[in-house]
Amino acid sequence: MKFLFDSDTWQEIYGSIRKNKTRTAITIVGVLWGIFLLVVLLGAARGIENNFNKIFGNFATNSVFIFPRATEIPFKGFQKNRRFSLTTKDVEVLKSEYSNEIKLLAPRSQTSNLIVKDFKTGNFQVSGDYPVLDKIQKKELMYGRFLNGNDILSYAKVCVISEEMYKQLFEKNEMPIGQLVKINSINYKVVGVYKRSNGISFDGDTAYIPFSTFQKVYNRGNRIGWMMITANDGIDIEQMEVDILLTLKNLHKVHPDDKRAFGSINLGVEIGKVTGFLTGMQFLTWFVGIATLIAGVFAIGNILLITVKERTKEIGIRRALGATPISIRRQIVLESIFLTTVAGMLGIVFGALVLFGLDKMVGSGDDAILINPTVNIPIILLAFLLLVILGTLIGMIPAYMATIVKPIEALREE
Amino acid sequence: MIEIKKLHKSYPIGKDSLHVLKGIDLHIKEGEFVSIMGSSGSGKSTLLNIVGLLDEHDEGEYYLNGQLIDNLNEKKAAILRNKFLGFVFQSFNLISYKTALENVALPLYYKGMARKERLKIAMDYLDKVELKDWANHLPNELSGGQKQRVAIARALVTQPKVVLADEPTGALDSTTTDNVMDLLRDINNEGMTVFVITHEEEVAEQTKRIVRLKDGVIISDELTNINSKAV
Repeated sequence: MKFLFDSDTWQEIYGSIRKNKTRTAITIVGVLWGIFLLVVLLGAARGIENNFNKIFGNFATNSVFIFPRATEIPFKGFQKNRRFSLTTKDVEVLKSEYSNEIKLLAPRSQTSNLIVKDFKTGNFQVSGDYPVLDKIQKKELMYGRFLNGNDILSYAKVCVISEEMYKQLFEKNEMPIGQLVKINSINYKVVGVYKRSNGISFDGDTAYIPFSTFQKVYNRGNRIGWMMITANDGIDIEQMEVDILLTLKNLHKVHPDDKRAFGSINLGVEIGKVTGFLTGMQFLTWFVGIATLIAGVFAIGNILLITVKERTKEIGIRRALGATPISIRRQIVLESIFLTTVAGMLGIVFGALVLFGLDKMVGSGDDAILINPTVNIPIILLAFLLLVILGTLIGMIPAYMATIVKPIEALREE
Repeated sequence: MIEIKKLHKSYPIGKDSLHVLKGIDLHIKEGEFVSIMGSSGSGKSTLLNIVGLLDEHDEGEYYLNGQLIDNLNEKKAAILRNKFLGFVFQSFNLISYKTALENVALPLYYKGMARKERLKIAMDYLDKVELKDWANHLPNELSGGQKQRVAIARALVTQPKVVLADEPTGALDSTTTDNVMDLLRDINNEGMTVFVITHEEEVAEQTKRIVRLKDGVIISDELTNINSKAV
């Protein structure tokens, strides 16, 4: 290994590279292009992934939404097409029976109402919610706060409105907090304004009021609209979904095989479909990148082979002067490694520059396409290592060819 | 220094083989200045290649510096060449992208000598062939005679036991031929064994012993006048 740190070794390599600048440049371009593609594609894939993450980011991705529909199988004396409601009792049962699995459970009731503020009106969704909703579906607040436990306990007539509602119902620069808006002829005090989510939202422009208040005002008793459930870490959410549905079917006297009675959306599964696509894209990226890389490395091997042929005489002279075959081979392999390494480094630098440019152009703002398009350092190192290994292996071919010729024949070559 | 007994060498040509050396017996002692004379096809180059460990003989014995040369692998041959032999070729065989100084220093590189030291030694030898001022020139900036002197410096730089010169004047005009031969004689006078291969009578006459080769056998082996003068 001493020869690696020997300035003479590098002097020799520099000499032979300098001798043939064009060849060196062309050789480098092949590998450079491969690793450049790999870096840019991986970075772009990461950017798209980050964008998806941003869209899903406000949502706990291990959520299940459950809502009642109509039965499709007659059961226990009930006809089919029976409609029923989830109740607060269901919530209690689920919370106690699945205390290990369920992390958060948000029962929700919703309706649509005209909302009035002085002379301005608008039709919006009104939702009775618990503070826990903020944990499942993160709200970014412009002003004030979200609902709290006290609101629930005291049946407070308070509401949290959206940015859009604020724009429609209030004057510009008017402070909304503490003002009253009329929903269904009842005055509610605005305690918070939340920003429109960049990502997915199931609510649209909604005025959130305390769940307890909602149930009373809209006379819902113990009936709730639907529920959002998130699972604890490490819980198989699909299994949990199945179990919970079965419990609910039992509670509501629904046939266990009834597929229509409850609707459920498993966000984890839905997101899985998208991330599956992303994984596919990343695989493709690796495949294309590495294939190009290999093609580039083969080009290096090919050109070194030509060079070795061109340098047969020189190699013969060196051997006559006492160069051992191994020193010749080492020199050529090292030249190959050196070329691939330099090409790899240049490719990584250019790739990073292009990603930097992409980030500047389409990487920021609300409608960003690629968010933070980057490649992990370990991945770069891995690609680099692969490159060096390939460079070594491919360098061995011309190195072998260089010493297979006898020095006497090499010298005879003109 | 060089002892050859009943040396045979043949090259396969298709199904047949060409018998080039047909039993050569030759003994060259240390400090001799020998030329091998012969027309092309006489086997003189083959003999030099075998002596120079660039090729292997088929039969017979070859002792270099008392060491029997037999079943050498490439690595051993390379080390022996580096240690005992210096080569001077007809076409100079300098490495085109290295300066005169680097060319001379190259054998020392393969010896494993540090750069500073070997450049210093190489400079001394360039000085010896009166080319110190040309040290940093590339071979294509030198004349033929200068190139051959660089090559001689390169052959000497490892302080070998034998300098092998294969038609050293073949590509030179008569004036530079004399210069190169004078140089070789000076080296010989300092005690170096010099082994020249040539087909030119005038060149051979400047050595101290002429071995004539024809069709793979030695037809004569005699000392020249120079030898007797020197003695």
